[in-house]
Amino acid sequence: MVKLAEHKSRTEHNAIETARLPDKAYIPLNQHIGKICNKVEVNPGDTVLRGQRLAGSDGNVFAPVHASISGKVAGIQNWFHPLMGKSRAIVIENDGNDTPVPMSLRPQAEINALTPDQIRAIIFEAGIVGMGGASFPTHIKLNPPKPVDTLIINGCECEPYLTGDYRLMVERTKEIILGMKLVAKCLGVKNIYIAVEDNKPEAIKAFEILSGAVPADKQSGADTQYSVRTLKSLYPQGGEKQLIKNVLGKEIPRGRLPFDTGVVVQNVATFFAVYEAVYKMKPLYERVVTVTGSCLSNPQNLLVRIGTPIKQLVEFCGPLKNPPAKIIFGGPMMGIAKSSDLVPVIKSTTGIVLFTKEETGIKEEEFCIRCGACVKECPAGLMPCLINTASEKGFWAHAKANGCLDCIECGICSYVCPANRRIVQSIRRAKMEAMKL
Amino acid sequence: MDKFIVTSSPHLHKKESVRRIMWTVNMSLLPAAVAGVFIFGAGAAWIMALCILSAIISEAVLQKLTHRKISVLDGSAFLTGLLLAFNLPARVPFWIPIAGSFFAIAIGKQVFGGLGQNIFNPALAGRAFLTASWPKYVTTFTAPFSCDATTCATPLTLLKEGPGLDHLSYMDLFLGKKGGCIGEVCILALLIGAAYLFYKKYITWHIPLSYIAATALVIWIFGGKPLFSGDWFFHILSGGLILGAFFMATDYVTSPLTGKGQIIFGAGCGLLTAVLRIWGGSAEGVSYAILMMNAATPVIDRFTANRVYGS
Repeated sequence: MVKLAEHKSRTEHNAIETARLPDKAYIPLNQHIGKICNKVEVNPGDTVLRGQRLAGSDGNVFAPVHASISGKVAGIQNWFHPLMGKSRAIVIENDGNDTPVPMSLRPQAEINALTPDQIRAIIFEAGIVGMGGASFPTHIKLNPPKPVDTLIINGCECEPYLTGDYRLMVERTKEIILGMKLVAKCLGVKNIYIAVEDNKPEAIKAFEILSGAVPADKQSGADTQYSVRTLKSLYPQGGEKQLIKNVLGKEIPRGRLPFDTGVVVQNVATFFAVYEAVYKMKPLYERVVTVTGSCLSNPQNLLVRIGTPIKQLVEFCGPLKNPPAKIIFGGPMMGIAKSSDLVPVIKSTTGIVLFTKEETGIKEEEFCIRCGACVKECPAGLMPCLINTASEKGFWAHAKANGCLDCIECGICSYVCPANRRIVQSIRRAKMEAMKL
Repeated sequence: MDKFIVTSSPHLHKKESVRRIMWTVNMSLLPAAVAGVFIFGAGAAWIMALCILSAIISEAVLQKLTHRKISVLDGSAFLTGLLLAFNLPARVPFWIPIAGSFFAIAIGKQVFGGLGQNIFNPALAGRAFLTASWPKYVTTFTAPFSCDATTCATPLTLLKEGPGLDHLSYMDLFLGKKGGCIGEVCILALLIGAAYLFYKKYITWHIPLSYIAATALVIWIFGGKPLFSGDWFFHILSGGLILGAFFMATDYVTSPLTGKGQIIFGAGCGLLTAVLRIWGGSAEGVSYAILMMNAATPVIDRFTANRVYGS
């Protein structure tokens, strides 16, 4: 684990603002891990309302997608996707009215009476996925094949530049706790931890104040308690495996998933989405996105409608001080650089980071001098430089023996490498090949 | 449309480079170089300049001939030349540094593919070559602070060939008032350089500490007439142990990757150094000890791999 320059000061004190609605929203049909939403329920020319379900799937693992603005369906076409090159997307032309489908506050008595199955059904219908970046459908994660006893709320946000989760924790603390109680009810867990890095003292304070109030809060009905765990600000503290180790002191065995050790980890933004779905009957059609970079004169944490092309967000945070040379979806350590600014925000977009040409700093690759920096820092306990050389020679079995499949792709090895070697990139390649062996 | 740069993550990079590491290590050898010139006179400076220059020229020529990128300014050839000079007496014929540097760069480094690919520490390979080929020149040492090129045996040779160490105090050994190679005599200067490398976090305690401790332990047990009476402190301050432990054995390329492996590596170096010094044919053992452990590095790496998360 390493200490990174955080660059969070640009936006960490900016309250969440609502972004201007897009003129056209591009809603990709796959914003989750699982089957693409192949059953489109609208036709070109149809008028849709904000929050209206647009597409589902005949598969088991998926989350439906919803309209994020009201307007006319302009078409269904291939369009830029943050994680893939292009993918099918529903295009909605904004009619300027932002008319919602009927949404109302769910009565408290009804919420208290919800069974775990009913909560999961609401979460599924709202199209909620893991919002820290992994985008696994939440209703499935909350229905683990074996009983679990521990829930960890991931409020680490260890990626540099990003502050959306932090603002959410500070401004929507109570809502996150209410969402947490619903999730805890779903899972039937006893132990709940909120894990926050020590560079977010305000969030820690907010949770601690509320934690004292929880037992007295009879409104929600659920009698759950949680404890706040302050973790060091080190990257990748928010990685699922590292988080479990540092909060609970235990490791997930190789090749297993957290629920095998009785743990479920969810990102704070997901809890907020669960709260909105259950309490406000609101599907997941908007999320908080940090739009930042030194070239923006007005970087912000924005509440953004899904499908908004980032070009519009950049304009909203402008004017530009310098021309951006690189656009990163997500944080700078694990995020994906895109060639176009027409790519839309999706459910798992945590932030948009813009780099100038100087900040891009692409350096020439040199020979490995075996300095061991990557070996020392690898949070997965691998020897990245050895996998790197094996991968470059095409020795896939050797790469596998060196544990390439255990790599979490956090990027530390490439970050610390004095020879500028593209270590993660070559390990990704090795992973693909090793899986075929 | 494609107007933005696309690269694989991560998009940040620590401000660190091979070049910076190499030049920092060169910088850390400066106190010992100055001490060498101070103790042995301008001849030492000439030897260092010759070694460095011929190392750089050899590297440039070989890279040109093999159609590779010429990277002589990355500081690594400079370092090889400087370390080789540190391992030579102050007065040797001019062609000795040239031959040594060429061997170090050509056979020690470039035949394996250049920086990062070599098995043996290039400077030590060069020294071993010179010792094997022209032993007379490289084991005739200049006396300290003598303007007339008086020769003088090293403390370790004196010890090996019989008693006669009464004129040397520990302080003399520590400050460098003794016969020996250019860069190895002034322990104080070497420790100043080593402290700088620790401060910059370019070396860790694993190799130097285990190396020196293992040498001292074996010397203490077997180095004296009755067991457990060896003068381990004398051995630490004599010969190339401090230079070897902090600057040669810690060479990234030829030492193990993990802390665990580095401790084994250092302990092995220490054991071999003591064995060679006590029972070996020559008085000194540091270079061959490190070279032998260099050969063992891949095996050590294999058996001291990190524990993978969740295993």
